Amino acid sequence: MPSRIPPLAITAYTATSALGQGRAAHADALIARRTGLRPNDFTEAPLACAIGRVAGLEDAAVPSAHAALDCRENRLAWLGLQADGFLDVARAAIARHGAARVALLVGTSTASIGATEAGYRDIARGATVLPGSPLLHTPHSLGLFLEAVFGTEGPCLTVATACSSSAKIFAQAERLIRLGIVDAAILAGVDTLCGSVLFGFNALELVSAQPCRPFDAARSGISIGEAAGFALLERGARADAPSLLGHGESSDAHHMSTPHPEGLGARRALSDALARAGLDARDIDYVNLHGTATRKNDEVEAALLGDLFPETTRASSTKGWTGHTLGAAGILESVLTLLALERGFVPGTLNTTDPEPACAAQLALDNEARAPQVALSNSFGFGGNNCSLVFARASGAHA
Amino acid sequence: MSALTLHIEGIGWWSPELADWAALATRLRAGEAMPADAEHGAAARARPPAAVLPPNERRRAPEPVLLACEAAAQACAMANQDPATLPCVFSSVHGDLAITEDMCMTLARDPRELSPTRFHNSVHNAPAGYWTVATGCHAASSAVSAWQRSFAAGLFEAAAQACAEQTPVLYAAYDATVGGPLGAAVRSSPAFAVAFVLAPERTPRALATLHLRHVPGEPSAFAYGSDAALPLLAALARGGAGSLRLASGAASSLAIEVAA
Repeated sequence: MPSRIPPLAITAYTATSALGQGRAAHADALIARRTGLRPNDFTEAPLACAIGRVAGLEDAAVPSAHAALDCRENRLAWLGLQADGFLDVARAAIARHGAARVALLVGTSTASIGATEAGYRDIARGATVLPGSPLLHTPHSLGLFLEAVFGTEGPCLTVATACSSSAKIFAQAERLIRLGIVDAAILAGVDTLCGSVLFGFNALELVSAQPCRPFDAARSGISIGEAAGFALLERGARADAPSLLGHGESSDAHHMSTPHPEGLGARRALSDALARAGLDARDIDYVNLHGTATRKNDEVEAALLGDLFPETTRASSTKGWTGHTLGAAGILESVLTLLALERGFVPGTLNTTDPEPACAAQLALDNEARAPQVALSNSFGFGGNNCSLVFARASGAHA
Repeated sequence: MSALTLHIEGIGWWSPELADWAALATRLRAGEAMPADAEHGAAARARPPAAVLPPNERRRAPEPVLLACEAAAQACAMANQDPATLPCVFSSVHGDLAITEDMCMTLARDPRELSPTRFHNSVHNAPAGYWTVATGCHAASSAVSAWQRSFAAGLFEAAAQACAEQTPVLYAAYDATVGGPLGAAVRSSPAFAVAFVLAPERTPRALATLHLRHVPGEPSAFAYGSDAALPLLAALARGGAGSLRLASGAASSLAIEVAA
């Protein structure tokens, strides 16, 4: 078992998704139970499904200084940075700590593959070379863009472990700060809609024709969304900021695209996260589940929830609001979890009416008016890659 | 800035003409140049044996998976460490360019023909996935990238994990090669894979000690493909002390002190 770690302050956080730009838009949509999902109007070839699309990216180019890295992915990152003043707050932190004392940690699964896809459509029409900068055709394109925007000189790296990518960067940040390598870390998770993921998950028969229904007995697969999430982590706990208490990472060692049937890896990620937080499952007030609405993920995660947590722990999947934002899901759902702690409510599970019996006691279907103090967020990815994070509400916040 | 101290317990290497660390070290000690691209010829078509994978997986696995698993298994064997217990970090500039290209061509032609297997193999953590399944590893696994600074940035991430969690960590860096428009655009290099077992405590298994510091300022020029790893490997092959700098960020480097 890992030892307990000192908590880290989360001094700024924001998200942009199909629910809108910034924390208020997300909190309002959660409270009003207003989904961001809509019928697929993204792909040229028809694909009957719901998507979580961010409006306006087509007309929102990145600043001209970064024109070589202009693509849907970096446009969404740039839009997301403007929300809640995150760009300015992060720049102030860089000025305060020094550029070399701030890490820039990036999680994505799609990166800018959409730009590569567009290049191959040009080639199919007769072009002989891929258009644009080679930097658009690399998994680190988002990292290169953000490194240019922020001018940080600390460690800068992209984690690309499918749907756990932007959860794992919280663990990375905690290690770098604990080791004294940096004093702060800017965390960024961005994934954008593209043909690869829409038609890829469709080929695996995991895309639902209707908006996703996590943990519903009649669930029929995922709805894919796009999102950008950002967080600023700094050393030490602060009364006016929520904190990261623990993290756990593990591998299923089972299959590339199917979870371990008993959730072995997920259980390990969860127990490691609790051990680092110095907490027990009964101390967790709210769990934001991975809850993709595939048959298999939800079956395994429901059993895990029912086995390990008391009924006083409330749990939900927020993917009925945002869709599964894949590489951005870890940080987007961390932001939604932090909003639940900050605003003092438990989001329910949109679109779900008949929950899996294994977790029916813990699963919140409707929003619940109770103020969680400590919460956990799960992210599980292809390759059996799991990450769980534990967060605490700001101790000095008012109810 | 604080240094991370790690002890290398095992080294793995695979390229089409040099099938393990012993072969590479001999070449590096002799001061012979690495084969130029043009010399690859028939050897370039060699496949890594990757005996750690079950035969059916080995047949189906894409080249980057074979590359990474081959070097990783060599490093664990030399370190006499059970792969099932080691957290692992896999690093690659490009991931699987061949699959990316194939998927993009299919999407441009008829998106509904996209292969489900190709899709799940296209994730950047495919080598980490195949490796953890084959070795029964339930520890943390990661897959990282940092453009042409991936080798150094990934090494530092693996080192930070080893020091923070006080556990040996497996680090593997690889890149496969691809032709076509994508290979031309990103300047794809000849295939290679390198792996280390990095331990936070010195044991009798230690082959060399590394002191790693992330340093700001003008970065060193980055190198393509295996050239990013060769300065460190050359210092290790000579078995002596040395210091080097590898590009690890847009405005930062990884400073490495090598000690016997």
